[in-house]
Amino acid sequence: MLKQIEGSKAVAEAIALCRPEVICAYPISPQTHIVEGLGEMVKSGTLTPCEFINVESEFAAMSVAIGASAAGARAYTATASQGLLFMVEAVYNAAGLGLPIVMTVANRAIGAPINIWNDHSDSLSQRDSGWMQLFAETNQEAVDLHIQAFRLAEELSMPIMVCMDGFILTHAFERVDIPSQEQVDAYLPPFEPRQVLDPAEPMSIGAMVGPEAFMEVKYLAHAKQMQAIELIPKLADEFKQIFGRDSGGLIRTYQIEDAETVVIAMGSILGTIKDVVDEMRAEGHKIGVLGIISFRPFPLEQVRAALIKSKRFIVLEKSLAVGMGGIVATNVRMAVTGSGLRGFTAIAGLGGRAIPKSSLHKLFRQAEQEELEPVTFVDLDWAAVNKQLEREKQTRRSGPIAENMLHDKGIVGVSAKFG
Amino acid sequence: MSFQPVKFYQTGTLTVGNRLLAQDERSVQANQMRSNSINSGHRACQGCGEALGARYAIDAAMAESNGQLIAANATGCLEVFSTPYPESSWQLPWIHSLFGNAPAVATGIAAAMKVKGRNDVRVVAQGGDGGTTDIGFGCLSGMFERNDDVLYICYDNQGYMNTGVQRSSATPPAARTATTMPVGPEPGNVFGQGKNVPEIAMAHNIPYVATATVADLRDLEYKVRKAMQMRGARYIQIFVPCPLGWGAASHDTIRLARLAKETGMFPVFEAEHGEVTSVLKIRNKVAVEEYLKPQKRFAHLFGKHAHPETVARLQAIADRNIRKYNLLPEGEN
Repeated sequence: MLKQIEGSKAVAEAIALCRPEVICAYPISPQTHIVEGLGEMVKSGTLTPCEFINVESEFAAMSVAIGASAAGARAYTATASQGLLFMVEAVYNAAGLGLPIVMTVANRAIGAPINIWNDHSDSLSQRDSGWMQLFAETNQEAVDLHIQAFRLAEELSMPIMVCMDGFILTHAFERVDIPSQEQVDAYLPPFEPRQVLDPAEPMSIGAMVGPEAFMEVKYLAHAKQMQAIELIPKLADEFKQIFGRDSGGLIRTYQIEDAETVVIAMGSILGTIKDVVDEMRAEGHKIGVLGIISFRPFPLEQVRAALIKSKRFIVLEKSLAVGMGGIVATNVRMAVTGSGLRGFTAIAGLGGRAIPKSSLHKLFRQAEQEELEPVTFVDLDWAAVNKQLEREKQTRRSGPIAENMLHDKGIVGVSAKFG
Repeated sequence: MSFQPVKFYQTGTLTVGNRLLAQDERSVQANQMRSNSINSGHRACQGCGEALGARYAIDAAMAESNGQLIAANATGCLEVFSTPYPESSWQLPWIHSLFGNAPAVATGIAAAMKVKGRNDVRVVAQGGDGGTTDIGFGCLSGMFERNDDVLYICYDNQGYMNTGVQRSSATPPAARTATTMPVGPEPGNVFGQGKNVPEIAMAHNIPYVATATVADLRDLEYKVRKAMQMRGARYIQIFVPCPLGWGAASHDTIRLARLAKETGMFPVFEAEHGEVTSVLKIRNKVAVEEYLKPQKRFAHLFGKHAHPETVARLQAIADRNIRKYNLLPEGEN
């Protein structure tokens, strides 16, 4: 049914249609509206049977989900940013135990400095946790990916993060087609766990494993994700048959057939990028787009196949591998090893910095001319950065960096306290 | 001949003889059909108080739940010695997730059972004092506060024994650990306020809180069975001497547990909804020296460079416990 609805509410409705049995909730922006929506549904009795547990931390949220999932219940939680980092030990544990938990990550920057706005630093910090990671471009896709995620997670007995841009998607009201219960039931069968805590058939889960078998256990987690490479497109096909739309899959291309320059990105920024590409195409530029939906598993072959006919690519990413450059870009480079393709990394939108079309026009043109540095920081205020670097040279007690930036950029109305 | 009551205690001990009791009054451990939840062959040290406590506690919980029991275990000695891959001692469904999350994992299991309508299946969580009073404390308090249907059992051996005997918030003052060495003017652990988790549990007003020791195993079984007859969050802290960590003889585990209770160092009581309902009275009060001297972790308090003033401070702690919990039999105050 078509609805004009907030992204978070749409996701909450999609989760409810998936018949979760245990939901753990802990508030953190910008994820909170999702669990609020679900809490109301459980409280009012529209989502039943379901246990909605207000936990005391994200670490507890994931831990409760671990217990519930190991006991055979379909378990769900949502988090973001600091919350994801606070639960990291349990995030790795859920994957190590092979528990098919689905978690929404409403992508948000990581402090310090504390910042509630969108970038991809939180999810990408967990890229090696063993969780699969699917990135939604739109709220419709966020809804659809959650439904596919439960199917994929339970098929492989591995957990999945569905990542959606905080605020940009979670708080945006737009038209979303909310599926019917019949459609979801036809797509997603009841949870049949591969391992379960059951007094009728006692087993130990979570035994200590030494060097004699640890590598095999870890390899099997990798093997599961390799299976997911095969499974994700199949599940997207099946989804289309029941729900009637293309959603999910490993990657999505746009105007790529004759493209000499390909822009690669994840999440909602793909919309802006496609608009820019349309405008550049109208001017005769041979430019296209590759959106990565599945970051884990990373579809090396599919990315390579999408890029191999082009001349160059630019990865526009909302994340930064401090001391190195790009995170997504590093993965893309792995995919095109030995191809001779020129590749550029553009770091943009950190902490919610707007990524306007004008900046992308300039960036993509520079990429076409191969005039970019290997790593570009889009719309970075070099004057402010250089002023701080100079301050640190001049003054030992140069003060807190974040506060200096706020002063230097005129956000706080007096001049910098230090130096 | 005048009437003589039947004496249930074996000669020279305070232990009730099972053979003199009616079948249904005998201990769970005395029953051939006991569940043997933690089977033999595990790798606990000789004289391990925790292995003994866990055996009695979990078998009692199994008996009370008709074998419909699931356990969540924190990281620690109990987890490591019971499940070295590919072996497991556990004869019940058992999960180990992390060091600090056993209460939350148990909450998740209980939620799953509730949503599936399996009210017959009960849940215990267990861990050592480090996993309970330190790293798992947040999750424990959350589980208490929500009154989740979980019995949490803390096996208190007063330190991080699995990692090599470091101090926890349950380590007593003056005790030697690897991180509170017996050097300097005030050797051993600091005299802080300590973290009394049974009392903190009581402050949550949960249905049941109890302490027990491996010296009074019938009492331990009784408390576990009683806890399992209730719903909601319940907490039992069992005092389990650690021969390795305390520098005590393996054959002294029961004796030390008894001395901890008889000195007043470890008050044994039960509480319902935040109020103490019974205490296990001291039978033969002894000075704390009796308890401290067999343990190498307190050796620096005695001998050539003795610290009698420190022993006196420990005695003061015991005396305060005795007063606070009214541990002496009537007329012996």
